[in-house]
Amino acid sequence: MENTIVGLKDIVVDFDGETVLNGLSLDIHDKEFVTLLGPSGCGKTTTLRVIGGFIEPKSGNVFFDGKEITGLPAYKRQVNTVFQKYALFPHLNVYENVAFGLRLRRVEEKELKTRVLEMLEMVGLRGFERRDTTTLSGGQQQRVAIARALVNHPRVLLLDEPLGALDLKLRKEMQTELKRIQKDTNITFIYVTHDQEEALTMSDTVVVMHGGYIQQIGTPVDIYNEPQNAFVADFIGESNILSGVMERDFCVEFAGQQFACVDKGFAPRELVDVVVRPEDVQVVPAIQGQLSGVVKSVIFKGVHYEIIVEQAGFEWKIHSTQSQQPGEFVGMNIGPDEIHIMHRMGEAAR
Amino acid sequence: MKLNSKICAAPYLVWMTAFIVAPLLMVIYFAFTDKEGNFTLENLSGLGQYASVFVRSLLLAAIATVICLFLAYPLSFMLSRLRVNKQRIMLMLVMLPMWMNFLLRTYAWMTLLERNGLINSFFGLFGIGPFNMINTQGAVVLGMVYNYLPYMILPLYTIMVKIDDSLIEAAEDLGSNLFQKVTKVLIPLSMPGITTGITMVFVPSVSTFIISRMLGGGSNMLIGDLIELQFLGNSYNYNLGSAMSLVLMVVVLLCMGLTNILDSENKEGGVI
Repeated sequence: MENTIVGLKDIVVDFDGETVLNGLSLDIHDKEFVTLLGPSGCGKTTTLRVIGGFIEPKSGNVFFDGKEITGLPAYKRQVNTVFQKYALFPHLNVYENVAFGLRLRRVEEKELKTRVLEMLEMVGLRGFERRDTTTLSGGQQQRVAIARALVNHPRVLLLDEPLGALDLKLRKEMQTELKRIQKDTNITFIYVTHDQEEALTMSDTVVVMHGGYIQQIGTPVDIYNEPQNAFVADFIGESNILSGVMERDFCVEFAGQQFACVDKGFAPRELVDVVVRPEDVQVVPAIQGQLSGVVKSVIFKGVHYEIIVEQAGFEWKIHSTQSQQPGEFVGMNIGPDEIHIMHRMGEAAR
Repeated sequence: MKLNSKICAAPYLVWMTAFIVAPLLMVIYFAFTDKEGNFTLENLSGLGQYASVFVRSLLLAAIATVICLFLAYPLSFMLSRLRVNKQRIMLMLVMLPMWMNFLLRTYAWMTLLERNGLINSFFGLFGIGPFNMINTQGAVVLGMVYNYLPYMILPLYTIMVKIDDSLIEAAEDLGSNLFQKVTKVLIPLSMPGITTGITMVFVPSVSTFIISRMLGGGSNMLIGDLIELQFLGNSYNYNLGSAMSLVLMVVVLLCMGLTNILDSENKEGGVI
């Protein structure tokens, strides 16, 4: 791609003989909000640190704006980082924390002041200049960390689970805030999180990682609606994952029944993973259903009920606005569009 | 029953009154009186003739403290970044000399540094020397550094393990090279450890008398030796000795005050 700003090619990283990244390649486009998403230990933070220059990969190349920067130390890179635990300097006040990078580059005092105050304004901390960072709340510290990084006008901002320590409400606010800042500043954001909802809300592109490999790259809509394998399906939102057999094009067998579907191009009788989202299962009277089972439990979740239905030993998770009686015999229908079929993953990748 | 923190301090309060406050008052009393117990300023005014000893003591102690700081600072940082179990082993090695008797350690240096000592014998094999090492100011400084180095390492190490790696990374991320990482982040954050370490090395160094006597010979007398002479030596005069102690105390306090000004911008207090 022409507008690639950060390129990773065949990156291998291992710690004490344990491989964390297995030949990872990734192109990140300029001015995008990109999220690296995955469970802990998947290599997402390591990937971020390779880009930031804090880890030198065992092999592979890192490119920045078309130029190789693999061995370049962190302080010479045009990227800045917002650290997980903020990492604000406790011996400096808010103003001096934000001014730190500019002072190192000997920016003239007048310009420095303008830029620091402008940045504090943007993160909503105007008037906090003289405050001691240790007296700020978690959300405020977070904003200082963002201002401290952005004041240097980096080409790329790296964010390592920056909202992890905040409470739910504040986290939602900061998500919107970060998205706004990214739009306003037009800087590439590379954001690491294990929270799939956060990833879907904020990102232009989501990179799902697992076990040191990239599982899928796509827009939030693609990732949610067209997961490429059972891991992605399971990690992004809730799913019913069953093993099935692809009878022929547009016909799959699972849960003891044949279903019409929209997928084709699989080998005849290929073993596949079948993924159905809980909200895509319709509960109908028992005789009208393609499948039928017994309601095991019903939990009220606010916007919907979570209903567990046992059918032939498999527990279906269903989200419905209609409640059901536990113990009742019900039918379930699944439309062809709602059945997602994917190639079997190796056990190791599960 | 409620744990009353004031009562907890009581045992120490008794101790402090009996063994610190009372002797201190006695030192002040003797410093301002003559042998008959009459008030006099002669003890203090007569100290001028010993100015060179005071200066030498302060100078040698200051040199020893600076050497300790330069040796201990990088080592403490290295220690604080090791794995926890390795940290324990290394700390033990640092403290190992302290398990041995102080006198014995200093005697050992005598046999090493002597004119016919181990070092000179070794050099003699190659036809070099002998060097004049014992009974010099250098030997005294060496003795101070050797004996008090652990007291510099421990407070520095204690403060450095508390400095998160991410702070140093943040400094690098914002454009600091190695030198700037040290001067703009590491040193300001470890300032409480630096001042504590300086205090813990400087104070015993400036008042030592064993080290200077064993390694410095007669010609490099320190204020500690002079005070000792007034109480145990031939010139038995505890009024003069008290006056010397008092002045030394004030000088040390002034030095510590100066060090603490360095630390004043730092909100976190040190151990002392």
